[in-house]
Amino acid sequence: MNAILDGISQAINLIVTLNPEVFEIAALSLFISLSATLLAALIALPIAGLIHFREFHGKRALIVVIQTLYSVPTVVVGLVVYLLISRSGPFGFFGLLFTPEGMILGQTVLIIPIMMGLFISALTGVGKDIRDMLTSLGATELQSIATIVREARFAILSAIVLGFGRAISEVGVAMMIGGNIRGATRVLTTAITLETGIGNFGFSIALGIILLSIALIVVIVMNIITSTLSKEQWQAMGGSV
Amino acid sequence: MIRAEALSRSVGGRAILDGVSLEIRKGEIFTLIGPSGSGKTTLLRLLDLLDMPTAGTITIDNSRIDGHPEERFRVRRKMAMVFQKPTVLNTTVEENVAAGLKFRKVPRGEIGEQVRAALDLVGLSHLAGRRAISLSGGEMQRLAIARAIVTKPDILFLDEPTANLDPANAEMIEDLILRINRKFRTTMVLSTHDMIQGQRLAHRIGVVMDGRLVQTGDLNMIFYHPVNRAIASFVGIEPIRGGIVENSEDNLATIAVGRVRFQAVTEEKPGSKVCLCIRPEDVTLNLAGGDMTQSSVRNCLQGTITKMTPLGPFTRVTVDCGGVPQSALLTRKSCEDLGLSTGTNVVACIKATSIHVIPDL
Repeated sequence: MNAILDGISQAINLIVTLNPEVFEIAALSLFISLSATLLAALIALPIAGLIHFREFHGKRALIVVIQTLYSVPTVVVGLVVYLLISRSGPFGFFGLLFTPEGMILGQTVLIIPIMMGLFISALTGVGKDIRDMLTSLGATELQSIATIVREARFAILSAIVLGFGRAISEVGVAMMIGGNIRGATRVLTTAITLETGIGNFGFSIALGIILLSIALIVVIVMNIITSTLSKEQWQAMGGSV
Repeated sequence: MIRAEALSRSVGGRAILDGVSLEIRKGEIFTLIGPSGSGKTTLLRLLDLLDMPTAGTITIDNSRIDGHPEERFRVRRKMAMVFQKPTVLNTTVEENVAAGLKFRKVPRGEIGEQVRAALDLVGLSHLAGRRAISLSGGEMQRLAIARAIVTKPDILFLDEPTANLDPANAEMIEDLILRINRKFRTTMVLSTHDMIQGQRLAHRIGVVMDGRLVQTGDLNMIFYHPVNRAIASFVGIEPIRGGIVENSEDNLATIAVGRVRFQAVTEEKPGSKVCLCIRPEDVTLNLAGGDMTQSSVRNCLQGTITKMTPLGPFTRVTVDCGGVPQSALLTRKSCEDLGLSTGTNVVACIKATSIHVIPDL
């Protein structure tokens, strides 16, 4: 019990004194996961659009595969990306292993399926009625797609937030691709793993608090954006809070 | 304006529309009536070039529309459709109405002006800045109409525009449809399962049943001269079956139904099997035993009232005339004045010209 209380007081101390190492780790975490989220969104949105707006054989099967990959273990993604970018792998010459760029790549691969799947759901939620209406109003295919994406904007936004949540909280990729190198690739989750392992609970708790605070800020921002809509409107669009 | 020839559409091997041919004239309101699920929506969607027919051709403004997407798109931009279920974009009322103009790259200044005019016409100007999703059903449908007409379409399709609305809102929409038709001379094709609405709005009516266009004509044709029993039932007539033409002179025929004799105007030859269609509002009832000598009415049938069904201000009185059931539509007031009730003996009078005779197939 004492160890926990000591840890908490030490954590508060680290945070209020703006301990540089703690904040450096937090900043790197944010940088890597935000980059991965942005990258994944840019890749996933057009592909999700293509899957949603085109009819082809195996469409349903493909969506099932994407949904299955929602829960792919982070260590499996870590392993695959490791094999691809390690010195002897096909992309070894880029020298990405144990770099923040490599971690961004790994997290991007990790969260693309969940973003893509949720984007497809978001677009599906807009419904055929709206699509027919746009066609009958004389929209070109591109105009129609742009309008539907805009209709799905809130659901798309929440998909992006969920993707970010998965990226910032994962350990597998960060550990295997980043290697937890102090001052270079050490992020919140890998640091917590390490510090807990060596009994440095105060440091771990401080990082844990920061991790939770980031989650809290994200939720608050989401709520501010969506609170321009009443609850009823949100539900009418197929969203759930 | 629009000509459809042998239009068919089947989905998954099931025919939803089967060989529909029709012609819609410039500036008219053409109303498709028929039971729910008869294929009216499918037909409208084919004509609005939203779906492709399985067979048949559509000609709009003398140009035949084939499968070429560019051409379909170009023609579609001259038309607009209001769907049964009111659908709005999640933005302001104004932005919703502007959608079609934006798609056509109309300059910004003109958009504002045209949107205001359209909102004015449908009476939604005061809600221009509101979120469209917060409108009531009737307001949403008026918004949909404003959004459709703002692009000045040559043809406007309306699929059951009042199906989900209360009577007051439905009337408002009906007035609006008539106003738009008069003001812009827009050709309109609308569908409804409400035959009274069909009556109020249409210049011409097409009856759709089981995926076929079974009769086309003006009000008088559809409501007084339906070509078959199914249409007669749909427009509110209970056809009397089992009639046989006994003799005929100058098209005034005597028709036997069981023990009862009717006199009707028909070209059917003696010996033909026929059905009699009599609109209940064309039947007058008198108390039995009254003086009937001065009446010029050809058919006066003795009978007993078996059922009285109240229909708002009217009452439908069912009379058993020697084994032939006959309905009469009377005002509630006249039922009271005559003191009618179940079991009363009455005389049902029907003019020979009020009986529409169709072959019994």
